[in-house]
Amino acid sequence: MSTTALDVRNLAKTYDGHGRDVEAVRDLTFRVDRGELVCVVGPSGAGKTTLLRCVAGLLDSSGGTVHLDGVPVTGPPAGMAVVFQEYGRSLFPWLTVRGNVGLPLKEKGLDRPTRAAKVDAALAAVGLCDSADAHPWQLSGGMQQRVAIARAVAYEPSVLLMDEPFASVDAQTRAELEDLVRDLWQDLGVTVLFVTHDIDEAVYLGQRVLVLSNRPTVVLEDVRVDLPTARDQLRTRSSPAFAAARNRVYELVQRAKQGHRPLPRATGARAMSTGTTAEG
Amino acid sequence: MTRRALVALGLPVVLVATWWVLSAGSTSFFWPPLSAIVAAFPTTWTADPIAHDVLPSLARLTAGYLVALVVGVAAGVAIGSDRVLRALCEPVLEFLRAIPPPVLVPVIALFAGYTGSTTKVVTIALGCLWPILLNTVEGVRSLDEVLRDTARSYRLGRLTTLRQVVLRGSSPRIAAGARQALSVGVILMVISELFGADRGLGAAVVRFQRGFAIPQMWTGIILLGLLGVALSGLFRLVEHRTLAWYRGLRQAEREV
Repeated sequence: MSTTALDVRNLAKTYDGHGRDVEAVRDLTFRVDRGELVCVVGPSGAGKTTLLRCVAGLLDSSGGTVHLDGVPVTGPPAGMAVVFQEYGRSLFPWLTVRGNVGLPLKEKGLDRPTRAAKVDAALAAVGLCDSADAHPWQLSGGMQQRVAIARAVAYEPSVLLMDEPFASVDAQTRAELEDLVRDLWQDLGVTVLFVTHDIDEAVYLGQRVLVLSNRPTVVLEDVRVDLPTARDQLRTRSSPAFAAARNRVYELVQRAKQGHRPLPRATGARAMSTGTTAEG
Repeated sequence: MTRRALVALGLPVVLVATWWVLSAGSTSFFWPPLSAIVAAFPTTWTADPIAHDVLPSLARLTAGYLVALVVGVAAGVAIGSDRVLRALCEPVLEFLRAIPPPVLVPVIALFAGYTGSTTKVVTIALGCLWPILLNTVEGVRSLDEVLRDTARSYRLGRLTTLRQVVLRGSSPRIAAGARQALSVGVILMVISELFGADRGLGAAVVRFQRGFAIPQMWTGIILLGLLGVALSGLFRLVEHRTLAWYRGLRQAEREV
């Protein structure tokens, strides 16, 4: 029990769209152990962002539960930090890089020297010491996302949520940032739930990859990635083990796109129980 | 820098010179030569009228403007943050904004009297309120959803969210409203004084006109113009400092 950081059970979300309900997430159940790096992939429109927003406590679910360190999530929990896809819009443009990273710490009530030390350490960890006094809009996209990651890291969350954080940066920056996430995860021992639509990225980063079905979403399969801990853009990506895992996930995503769903017995039972909760 | 200063000063210099030349030989009682007006300036605006006409006007303007700023921003944040409240208030706000503020002077005077400062401060405040209020509503409403989510996910408290996210985020729009309000405020400062026989810059102009002190009347008008320029300069100075980030952001967005 104590090794589970994040416990998502029968999570469901139905959007109430002016008389026409849209069932985005039907039944999601998975666990992330402390110190794990788990990726979530699925076909586009699979409700990945809905899942992440529910887990982050930013969106009320229609059914099911989310527990962080054994405590039910009802609003944004203290032990969670989110890195959003839209880096340019999630940083406060009126604050410097240092101010952006330090603001949540100030809110936590840390004193000035502690804050400064944590901010400096976080900026050093993402390689942005030189830009501490710049404003976010003075930096490139990749650097802005590093600031957002530094802010999340400095917050010292028990779980770090990342919502397609590298979807809008160029390929080279993306590879650098992927390695940065791996490094931070190993150095700091933080638990990471990484949502992406990029299959290669999911396999390269994750210890496990959760493949989602199409809408209404359920977990199609939980794929364990058998790759060594030390990963390398060149060697890992060209290894047979990577190719095997990649093919497996690719195949699952293709099947998800065609509407394949897990065993009807389990889904049916869960769907029914979720339906009752949503109505009740 | 000097080039820009020359360009900015070019037209005013030409206009003043034209006025000076055209009015030089004027014998019209109502259009005295500019040289006569300039000569009347130092003798008209001595320490006594400054203390009794200029300073009270400025004090009322400041008071009315600050009241409008505080009330406008506070109400604007409240209305802009709440969809239901906004839907309720918007038609009323549109109606109230459409009422020309000078028409309120007689109404307010009924309650607060013509001669006191209260009527004038209330008039200025009511006139300045609308541009600030409506711009604040718009600024708060159009605040980026991702910024709000970020503030929520990092559990920023209500006060921090208000100060660091909502107010800072809508400050460019608030500033735009405050700039409009400043010119409205100067106009209302004068108009509110035209009605009462009280002292003040507007009252002084009327007093000179009724006493056939025509060059003095013109100095009052010029002083008002200079005051307006000085206030807008002061405003831009403050804006320049507090919204430096916004200029940088806009420029960065243009370059992409």
